[in-house]
Amino acid sequence: MADKVLMKGNEALAEAAIMAGCRHYFGYPITPQTEVAAYLAKRMPQIGGTFLQAESEVAAINMVIGVASAGKRVMTSSSSPGISLKSEGISYLAGCDLPALIVNVQRGGPGLGGIQPSQSDYFQATRGAGHGDFRMLVLAPASVQEMASLVFKGFDLADKYRMTTMILADGTMGQMMEPVSLDMGEVKAYEKPWAVTGTKGERTHNIVNSLSLLPEELEQWNIRRYEMYKQIEETEAMHEEFMTEDADIVVVAFGVAARVARNAIVAAREKGIKAGMIRPITLWPFPKKVLFEKAKTAKAFISVELNMGQMIEDVELSIRCSRPVYLCSRTGGMIPTPEQVLQSIEKAAKENGGDKE
Amino acid sequence: MIVFEKPKALADVKLHYCPGCTHGIIHRLVAEAIDELGIEGRTIGVAPVGCSVFAYNYFNCDMVQAAHGRAPAVATGVKRADPNNIVFTYQGDGDLAAIGTAETVHSAARGENITVIFVNNAIYGMTGGQMAPTTLPGQVTQTSPYGRQVESVGYPVKVCELLSNVTGAAYLERVSVNDVKNVKNAARAIKKAFRYQLEGKGFSLIEVLSTCPTNWGLTPDKALKWLEENMMPYYPLGVYKDKYAEEAGK
Amino acid sequence: MKQVNILISGFGGQGVLFTGKVLAYEGLLENREVTWLPSYGPEMRGGTASCSVIISDTPIGSPLVPNPDVLIAMNLPSLDKFEDAVAPGGMIFYDSSLIDREVKRADVKAFGIPATKIAGEEGMATLANMIIMGKMLKETDMFPQEAIEKTIQKVVSAKRQNLIELNKKAISLGYEL
Repeated sequence: MADKVLMKGNEALAEAAIMAGCRHYFGYPITPQTEVAAYLAKRMPQIGGTFLQAESEVAAINMVIGVASAGKRVMTSSSSPGISLKSEGISYLAGCDLPALIVNVQRGGPGLGGIQPSQSDYFQATRGAGHGDFRMLVLAPASVQEMASLVFKGFDLADKYRMTTMILADGTMGQMMEPVSLDMGEVKAYEKPWAVTGTKGERTHNIVNSLSLLPEELEQWNIRRYEMYKQIEETEAMHEEFMTEDADIVVVAFGVAARVARNAIVAAREKGIKAGMIRPITLWPFPKKVLFEKAKTAKAFISVELNMGQMIEDVELSIRCSRPVYLCSRTGGMIPTPEQVLQSIEKAAKENGGDKE
Repeated sequence: MIVFEKPKALADVKLHYCPGCTHGIIHRLVAEAIDELGIEGRTIGVAPVGCSVFAYNYFNCDMVQAAHGRAPAVATGVKRADPNNIVFTYQGDGDLAAIGTAETVHSAARGENITVIFVNNAIYGMTGGQMAPTTLPGQVTQTSPYGRQVESVGYPVKVCELLSNVTGAAYLERVSVNDVKNVKNAARAIKKAFRYQLEGKGFSLIEVLSTCPTNWGLTPDKALKWLEENMMPYYPLGVYKDKYAEEAGK
Repeated sequence: MKQVNILISGFGGQGVLFTGKVLAYEGLLENREVTWLPSYGPEMRGGTASCSVIISDTPIGSPLVPNPDVLIAMNLPSLDKFEDAVAPGGMIFYDSSLIDREVKRADVKAFGIPATKIAGEEGMATLANMIIMGKMLKETDMFPQEAIEKTIQKVVSAKRQNLIELNKKAISLGYEL
């Protein structure tokens, strides 16, 4: 493991962005993601990149739009309240079919909320990141290694589909240090003939725009985008399974919740309960098919989240409510303990006949 | 012999502006500056939300359409992505001096090397004539039906005066397009602002006093007169800042 | 050692996070699984800071340490806050020059170390953390002393290389206690 270094999640993420060819970052200070900005403030000038602390989150996301329009890889990061401010720009990114990477190191809400880890922006990220009909790729790292590798992957997906990728992390993932390998592989280059790079007198002008006052036209734009989204749902969903092969009780959890749930599953197995976990890595597209298939043999599901129950709706939809789905959660910056998750597993096992070998 | 033709940077399409609106003149002046400096191939324009929202269709250079008020931030991104590009925004008074005040002030404060064309016609045109941050005291609009009451809604924002205190701003001038002389002067100022950007001199803003015959409820002719008699005394024309002229003068 | 859960707590400025970093880095160099998780927020400015370190031979689930096997308490608020959380049979190492009470728990092993006092006498006022860590390493047999001394060289930032020898000395003072 000589190639591994000990890094904070926020810093690993920032370095991976540079390795992915991102040379432009715009941000605004907010806990608990400020290390991303601090790291890039130091690194970007060393490599001829742009680090700019904007006057607001609103300005930052619009600067992102500018760089993305010009065809370059670009990133911004923030935490929950700041993401709300960016939501206008996120909608414009979607409407203009621009690739960009946005990091949300979530904290407890609503409002100013708190600064401790949370997953309560799940709805915002997967449903309503801004006004209008659109989707955003949402990746949920559960380790410092994934903070890096999913940023790398996220930039690629963004360019591939001309979409926004959001890294939906939490304060734990951002602040934690773990060994990480920064061997990210090759950056795949994408042609961007649509970008505003200056006509050079060689072509007609490119226009980056989300406006259409013709409803027939706007409808077609949206339909075309949703056809692409459908294809993405078929091909890009990512997940990881842990002890699911014979599992009666299937825990579904992402990010730090999945880390906690892992301890509980090991403990449940020691007690003779066949528990396992499906960890969505992409929250959109949600790994629906995997859950649907698993529901054919599993007895019950448990959604473990750091919110009042948001992903649980996707779990229920994926399995079409064919099995009971329990919620095990803490909110406001609290993190469930392995004991709490274990109790949920035991309860689910008892009520659904999964407590005997 | 051709004595008058359309600037090359202006697209050969029909503009949507109302009869008598001076946006057309200002578009032309921007296009002329681009032509004369020979920069069309590396110019990128940023269109705002407001009457000039369709500006992206009217210029032959690459164009980006920005959210309301955010054009200077978008322009910042475009410029930083490739500093060789010549980047301009084209914004109205609501866009620049109300919802986009922060973006305006801070792009100036950063000395962002971009050119801002600020069209001030003292009203929200596209949404049908509401009170703007630059609507004059006593001026009647849809949302100031008894005339702008300064006691309750305050005074108009004088953008050039405001920005003249911002250290980062390089060049600020207020011009008008109410008569031939002023149009010619506006052409000079706009070209100078683009030239400053080419020379890497930083943030320039040209405020152009403009008419809105439709929402002012006046004929085009009377609108020009109204501009001269009401707006020009309140918004005096002239250079509010020219960092390089000042430095040269020292 | 299958998995050790360590919690280090003290005032901001006592080197709590650094101590955790040394342990995590040593774990990394020994090809172990490690996590290091700091408390964060305004409490870091002068208030109590803490950091959770897990070192394991198998992949680590939760990076949180609600029930530490080893607690290092650098001040009284830390001992007050975390004493009850220590796992039965666990160990508590505390700075007895700043904490004027005994550990109440009977089911844990407690070691009071006058680290701040020793550090002051030895002219290494900011290194009480390394003295306590030295003692902890000796009692737990977590890592060999020589290995930790090598690791220190890597963890100390380039700007502070002059402090390496002092850090090593502090660790060995702890070992000798």
